[in-house]
Amino acid sequence: MLVELFFFYFAAAVIGLSLMVITRKNPVHSVLWMLLLFFHIAGLYLMLNAEMMAAIQLIVYAGAILVLFLFVVLLLDLKKEIGEEQYVGVWPTGVAVAVALFTLLLIMTRSFVAGPHGNITIERVRELSHPGVVGRAMFTEYLFPFEVASLVLLVAVIGAIILAKKRIKE
Amino acid sequence: MNFQMSDMAYILPETIMAVCAMLLLVADLVIHDKKVTAWLSLAIVGATMAFTMSVPVGTAFSGMVVSDRYATFFKMVFLINAALTILVSGAYFSARKEEHGEYYILMLFATLGMMMMASSGDLMSLYLGLELMALSTYVLAGFLRRDIKSNEASVKYFMLGAFSSAFLLYGISLIYGLTGTTQLAGIAKMLGEGTITGNPVLLAAIVMFVVAFGFKVAAAPFHMWAPDVYEGAPTPVTAFMSVGPKAAGFAVMARVFVAAFASELAGWSALLAMLAVLTMAVGNIMALGQTNIKRMLAYSSIAHAGYALIGVIAGTAQGVAAMMNYMMIYAFMNFGAFAVIILLDRNGTGFDGLDDFRGLSKTRPGIAFIMLLFMFSLAGIPPTAGFIGKFYLFTAAVNSGHVYIVIAAAIFSAISAYFYLRVVRLMYMEAPDSEIMCACEPVRVKIVLAVTAAAVVLIGLFPDALVSLARGSASVFRG
Repeated sequence: MLVELFFFYFAAAVIGLSLMVITRKNPVHSVLWMLLLFFHIAGLYLMLNAEMMAAIQLIVYAGAILVLFLFVVLLLDLKKEIGEEQYVGVWPTGVAVAVALFTLLLIMTRSFVAGPHGNITIERVRELSHPGVVGRAMFTEYLFPFEVASLVLLVAVIGAIILAKKRIKE
Repeated sequence: MNFQMSDMAYILPETIMAVCAMLLLVADLVIHDKKVTAWLSLAIVGATMAFTMSVPVGTAFSGMVVSDRYATFFKMVFLINAALTILVSGAYFSARKEEHGEYYILMLFATLGMMMMASSGDLMSLYLGLELMALSTYVLAGFLRRDIKSNEASVKYFMLGAFSSAFLLYGISLIYGLTGTTQLAGIAKMLGEGTITGNPVLLAAIVMFVVAFGFKVAAAPFHMWAPDVYEGAPTPVTAFMSVGPKAAGFAVMARVFVAAFASELAGWSALLAMLAVLTMAVGNIMALGQTNIKRMLAYSSIAHAGYALIGVIAGTAQGVAAMMNYMMIYAFMNFGAFAVIILLDRNGTGFDGLDDFRGLSKTRPGIAFIMLLFMFSLAGIPPTAGFIGKFYLFTAAVNSGHVYIVIAAAIFSAISAYFYLRVVRLMYMEAPDSEIMCACEPVRVKIVLAVTAAAVVLIGLFPDALVSLARGSASVFRG
């Protein structure tokens, strides 16, 4: 009972906070609401016995990415930003489609049947510790995607430098 | 489960490409003549091609990588596309003073992502390959940084690409929840047991995959980005994007739908059939009213995605073979048409109005004839390669009982003849209103024109080699 109560609190908070993020006019406020959002997502991870994920969520997203967001937001002209129209004219259509999709997915999830579970059980996690399990999976079974992810990040770095930094020859 | 050195043999071409691309990235710092970078990247593509042809068949990295003849065939399409793009890019970008070595490196990484998609045996490696390809292409689309249209193309492609990735990830998570695995072979086995066939969650997951892949191949109604992005991006990048990501999208589509979701054929096949008819209709009808050649070819490439979908809908090895065949032919004819536009580019001021083709047969008879070949091929007129491609697609669809879709495709092909032949009419039956100035006629672009034109004619006249190669490569699919 207590677990359900916690889950519903976190789930409702995540939805509510997401709405706050996209409806604020001031981007700084949006980013700060997002900080709260990240904390609540970390709460959801904790309830799934994924302590490692919760910690990474806080360190990487709340700690690093959000600070980066704030830096970018501070480069904007805030006064101009607040004065401008926030949404494009067709937003009611967007909301209608989103609500319809949400209802459809909600009805769909009622017939969900969970497939067979993997080999990483809670007992195994206790035995090997969280980082141990994640590390083992990452460097054995998921070694190839892990390496490809590093290439994706490299491309992102090159792309950002080219588009923003490289001097234009005249 | 642990890493074995023998696994490396299966990803040798990818490894070579990744390592060489990174070395070139560093070497580019001291290379001042960017032509050298271009030739070096072409050499990397050539070396990768050589190793791709001799890669062993099998699975590696605990099922993440599947190396088979199907993957090899698509990798050849991607590498040919990359080589052609590298050849046409130099002159275009140096005329605009935006020639950077990183351009070629991003092109290599995008191709690498496509190759990983084609040989992915797991939804995880599929997704990461797709992101590697997409991220590189977003940057390439915005490479003309002073051109507001190029900026717009990049941002639009990025936003909608991120949106479609979200759909793909949601689909993957639903499939993982239902089957307990992300491996394509495991999913096929689990679904084959038939316990969750027709489950609404499974259908929702299929819809998510259709949306995500539909976006990558620019199938209607997920095509909205294509005309703006194709028009705004630098022309060599447009040529690259209209072939590479599309072929990669089809490569994974057959792997996921035809192989992994084989037991759900009725569901996804009906869904894709609707998509295919809509795509052919939107592409061909919208192309009729275009006055910008790049926009016209954008709608044409949407229409061609519709034709190629027919091969996937058939759900048979024959259908997949026809789709592969079509992708190879499409790569040559579509790239050729873009190469003509690049060649006629007036020293950086652009050549994109349809009117610019007026009287081209008088001023440049050779180029006009080659353009005529590509237009005939895109319209599917024999004896060009485009006809062969459509012929095998339609045969496969009829054999699997999709007669109605062949009828629709035939009608839309007839409509498409109007706008393709309009270019021919402008070139041959109108008087030139201005002398086309080509102060610099890059030899490299001419090589591309010669190669693509020869391929279009030779495949049209002697299709056996390509057809039997595609058929042999598609034999990894049952049925």
